Amino acid sequence: MNIRQYLPAAVFLGALVAVQLVISLTGAAFYFTQITMSFYYTIVVIGLCLLMGYAGQISLGHAGFFSIGAYMQAMLTTHDFSSIIHSSWDEVFKNVSQIFGTVEWYELIPEKIGAILGIPVKLFVGLGDIFGMFVPGTDGFGNGILSYAPSAALFISLLTAIGIACLIGLPVLRLKGHYLAMATLGFGIIISTIVFGTKLFGEADGISRVPAFHLVGPLSINGGMADRTVNYYIAGIILFIVLIVSMHIVASRVGRALRAIHGNEQAAGSLGINAMRYKLGVFVLSALFAAIAGVFLVHYNGSIGTSETSVLKSVRYVSIVAAGGMDSIWGVVAMSMGLNFVSLRGYFGSFDEIFFALILVVTMLFLPRGLFRKEYLEVVIKKTRRLTRRMVLKRKLEKKGIVFANKKKDDEK
Amino acid sequence: MNVDLFFNYLVIGLTVGAQYAIVAIGFNIIYNTTGIINFAQGDFLILGAMVAISMSSILPIGIAIGVGVLVAAVYGAVVENVFIRRNRSFSPFRSVCIGIIAALLLKTLGIFSFLPEGIDFAAAFLFGLPVGFGLETVFRKYMKEQTVLSLIVLTIAVSILTREIMSHLWDKDAHVLPYFIGDSNTILSLGSISFSPQRIWVLGICALLVIGLYVFFKYTRYGKAMRACSLDHTAAKLCGINVRLMITISFIVSAAIAALAGSVISPLSQTKYDMGSVLAIKGFSVAILGGLGNSFAAVAGGLILGILEAFSVSIFPNAYKDVVAILLLLLILVFKPSGVFGSRQASQLKEF
Repeated sequence: MNIRQYLPAAVFLGALVAVQLVISLTGAAFYFTQITMSFYYTIVVIGLCLLMGYAGQISLGHAGFFSIGAYMQAMLTTHDFSSIIHSSWDEVFKNVSQIFGTVEWYELIPEKIGAILGIPVKLFVGLGDIFGMFVPGTDGFGNGILSYAPSAALFISLLTAIGIACLIGLPVLRLKGHYLAMATLGFGIIISTIVFGTKLFGEADGISRVPAFHLVGPLSINGGMADRTVNYYIAGIILFIVLIVSMHIVASRVGRALRAIHGNEQAAGSLGINAMRYKLGVFVLSALFAAIAGVFLVHYNGSIGTSETSVLKSVRYVSIVAAGGMDSIWGVVAMSMGLNFVSLRGYFGSFDEIFFALILVVTMLFLPRGLFRKEYLEVVIKKTRRLTRRMVLKRKLEKKGIVFANKKKDDEK
Repeated sequence: MNVDLFFNYLVIGLTVGAQYAIVAIGFNIIYNTTGIINFAQGDFLILGAMVAISMSSILPIGIAIGVGVLVAAVYGAVVENVFIRRNRSFSPFRSVCIGIIAALLLKTLGIFSFLPEGIDFAAAFLFGLPVGFGLETVFRKYMKEQTVLSLIVLTIAVSILTREIMSHLWDKDAHVLPYFIGDSNTILSLGSISFSPQRIWVLGICALLVIGLYVFFKYTRYGKAMRACSLDHTAAKLCGINVRLMITISFIVSAAIAALAGSVISPLSQTKYDMGSVLAIKGFSVAILGGLGNSFAAVAGGLILGILEAFSVSIFPNAYKDVVAILLLLLILVFKPSGVFGSRQASQLKEF
């Protein structure tokens, strides 16, 4: 990586400060909310960009990873674990079997599920208690609860996302084309269904009242009015770190290996690249990015709803990556910031999904290399230059009295 | 679980499975001629049923379903012409197709919403069709060659476009077609098992469809030509088969059968604008279960999945019903991608 490649990063930091200044000076601080959210969504999109644009593996399940991060974090920081910590084994079994959704199921096989899941849950929670992972808080009714501290929950959520990504990625990444698309799509739908059907994750209501995430000193991730500017910078810096990591990966040996796999997997294999390992690696990394975005966004919003898990969200991420030009991180970042901001501000109204679908169609049909690229500008410049040159020449010749015989035809061109 | 309950679940499973089988056959027909998995397959089904439901208030139910099937078939042809086909010479038919899509989008976006209901639809078409002729030039000149990845994404985008258009043309509520015989309380008793006569209709019509398709592919000129396309496009072309026409026909046929199946099952399972994508993934699971491209194994696969789902409700909560199909899909993809009834050698020869 040479110094010139850091130029966009420097521009990014400059823009971060400039935008903040402009917004603060014009007094339109309400824009910060959507920009901050766009930052987090952009993190998901960067992960997908690495996976789709560089390694050439499609994933239609990234909303799934996002929601694993977000829902795990929300659940761990709002659920009351005191009953599990303090109660006897029998009660734990009962409680654990109860959290899995509807009553009918609970009545059907309470002991078995409770025993299978209860023991590890109790052990895990007990271990967390020993390490002091729990902090007291209050629920919606003002009752005292004992739930995970956000920082502890962060680790558990991210590890869960990584674990699930490994489990899913290992068999699924062996597939290609339609099969891979459908398998990842299926994964997304499974996550969405589980969230919908599980009491622990709030079923159709989602989870609200997620507490603030206190980082160091006065810095905390929350949706409060007072902390809007601070949160804007926190999100910007998290995105910046993710960007730098991605840029280094892309420019390194790993990035070249990924591009080789994209080009031709067999050929890459013959060069000694372990395709499966790289594919799995980048898949897990992109899942991790998605989960990171989910974890922080849920603290920022203070709540999470089922719409975040829907297939439409996954398709939206894909369409942003496609519109940004697949294998250009900066293009994807710009596109993601723009589209997410416009969409979050609600400019599209009820045409949100249709708009993203149209972007996808136009990109795929006409501009597979992205909506905005330097090449397009160069083509336009070249064409206009040629046109002006020809006109100047023609005028010169006309002055000398030479007229083209096929003047009309020439004009048409 | 007693015997009566068992048979009740079985009948429910068979009817739902018949629907999956039809979607899967639709997948297979298009896959065979083009190598594309058309993700909008489920939305064709919903579109046909929606049109039939709207028409059933003014037309007899048989004709209403006929109109639904016709509209879905036309829509299938339009989708193929606009999004899949690559044409290098001017085609008026394609211009009309692009115009139809443009008009639907104009109507959906509510450009003419200041005009009264009905007239705005006409205005959208009046304005959209010339736009289509203009856009045809853009499509002709600038449409790029598609890869597998982009075709997947493209059909998914078409699926979302379709469902969003439907949600704006109709609404976001669940609709039902009236029962063909009697109403929701009419019950047919067979010994101790009792079920709605509509289930007989579903099974009967789906069986007829499968038989009809078998005859079509085995004995008719077009059916044979389409089978030839599935083996080798170039060879088919050399034999004087119009491959492009066959591709269009494959979209028409699969949209039409989906619409018919969707209309027949609508009284039992309701029709909502966003049910298409789940149907599509279930249909795909079924198609994979039978081995992609093998239409008649898909029937068996559909019935198996339907029955599995019906019985899963007795063990798992209803909310987890969809998980069964998708878990099945993942398991098959991981352990036997060639399908339970498919041959491994044949699937290895396929490109994707």
